[in-house]
Amino acid sequence: MKGVARSTTAPTGAARWWLTAHASLVYLFFYAPIVVLVLYSFNDSRIIGGWDGFTFRWYGEFAENRSVRDALAVSFRVALLSTAISVVLGTLSALSIERFRWRGRRLLDGVLYLPIIIPDVTMAVMLLVFFSEAADIIDRLPFIDLSSGLETLVISHVAFNISFVSVVVRARLANLDPSAEEAAADLYANRWQTFRRVTLPQIMPGVIGGALLAITLSLDDVVVSSFVQAIGSTPLPVFVFGLVRRGVSPLINAVSVFMLAASTGLVLVSLLVQRIRSSPGEPKELIP
Amino acid sequence: MTVIDPPAQVDPPVSPELETGARRAASRRGFLLGLPALLYLTVFFMVPLGIVVAYSFATRSRTGRTELRDWNLDAYARLGDDVVRTIAVRSLWIALATTLISLVLAYPLAYYMSTRTPTVRNILLVGVMLPFWSNFLVRTYAWRVLLDSDGLVSQATQAVGIGETRLLFTPTAVLIGLVYRYLPFMVLPLYAAIERIDWSLVEAARDLHASAWTAFRRVVWPLSLPGVIAGSILVFVPSFGAYVTPAILGGNKEGLLGSFIVSQFLSARNGPVGASLSVVVLSVMLVATLWYFRSGGRNL
Repeated sequence: MKGVARSTTAPTGAARWWLTAHASLVYLFFYAPIVVLVLYSFNDSRIIGGWDGFTFRWYGEFAENRSVRDALAVSFRVALLSTAISVVLGTLSALSIERFRWRGRRLLDGVLYLPIIIPDVTMAVMLLVFFSEAADIIDRLPFIDLSSGLETLVISHVAFNISFVSVVVRARLANLDPSAEEAAADLYANRWQTFRRVTLPQIMPGVIGGALLAITLSLDDVVVSSFVQAIGSTPLPVFVFGLVRRGVSPLINAVSVFMLAASTGLVLVSLLVQRIRSSPGEPKELIP
Repeated sequence: MTVIDPPAQVDPPVSPELETGARRAASRRGFLLGLPALLYLTVFFMVPLGIVVAYSFATRSRTGRTELRDWNLDAYARLGDDVVRTIAVRSLWIALATTLISLVLAYPLAYYMSTRTPTVRNILLVGVMLPFWSNFLVRTYAWRVLLDSDGLVSQATQAVGIGETRLLFTPTAVLIGLVYRYLPFMVLPLYAAIERIDWSLVEAARDLHASAWTAFRRVVWPLSLPGVIAGSILVFVPSFGAYVTPAILGGNKEGLLGSFIVSQFLSARNGPVGASLSVVVLSVMLVATLWYFRSGGRNL
């Protein structure tokens, strides 16, 4: 029915032509700079204007560069740790808001929204001030050693990642039919069994999607990280930001393309995972 | 093996006590599940936020330390200074221009997307989502490469005969960078709003002899307004406090709020002024968001 309705209202003639042309230009605007950057990363010339032929030289330099490798290691460690923590906290909070009515529910909902909409400079300043004021107190806590620098990064990244994981998992939960959970309860499954065997498998795409998003956001973060990092634990984006402010170089081109490929790959996988939908009434999952 | 009898009644009446008991148990479970996230965000988000608010009323010692005593409004009074006002007004203009340009670019695109077949629509959607989530530092850097005096943009204008362009480190470059970064934030809510429109309403308008333009103005545009508002907030708020894009493309020659706040904390060592500005930026964000929810908006 929708298709029929659209056929008589869809733009025709000149309007249609303009819309198509406009859309093509916007996509060109989106992707042309990226294509140019990728091409330049294979350029043998040191000067931006010229083209001296194809080379892998800059990628070789990037692989051998000690500071780049160290920064990359910091980035990966922080991304994995912060993702692990925020996936657990984010999923629990999503279940709590979406599945239960309790008094602090709206408060948690509101607090979860803040890190998503807050300007990153504000968040960075907040955490910087917090760590300088509370350093003594936090250092006294067990398991946490702020001097290594990794902890402040992980703590900060979790603070914004919980919200993103929570949003993705909630979207998944909201589209779930609760009747499967009710059926499990009717069949004498206890709460843990119901969660483990029914709810968790169904929300898994949301959890994985949220996790990939959290890794991406953590690997991409510049502003918050550059404020809370300690000397000796600079994550890759902060390192690159420092280089970029000084100017353009073929090495930055190569590192940039690598970062872009990593984040684009993660996003694509995340989009794919979230599109997986369990077919209506999967009996395999319910009957052991 | 015992055979379990099916319940005699399909819907057994539940005693009120049992019902409140069940509700209490559910409430406790919800609380316990939400508690870890709530605690974490309280300690590592709300407390830092509180400290920044406290800083904005605190005193700056002669050595540049922020001392949490002698509470005052001096930092807020400083916001009236010419320097701060100029920077705030400039940031406001840049943010407004970014929002407006994004809206003009995104609306026809969102309209185009929502009138495609589902398959094409999904491909176009992924095409917008990818830049939305992929590394923005790198995407901003790409513009630095393009806008350099030897870059492709300048080469192109020279080839056409307009002459060399020096866009890098100008407000125009910052504007291009911000639109480039935040355009997906405008396209996605617009698309969500336009895609939901019941097209039979447009058809009805056309049947009643409305021109295509009138049908758009009186039917499609009003119905897409939630998307327009959501997109505008999502673009305006982050570009108002933008820091990285102006640093890379503007060279920080023309101060904007983001870099000014940063400099107050790092180089000028004036915590109270930096904090009071952060509070202002935050309030703008909160007011915009609350206004959006109050005006019947759904999730951002």
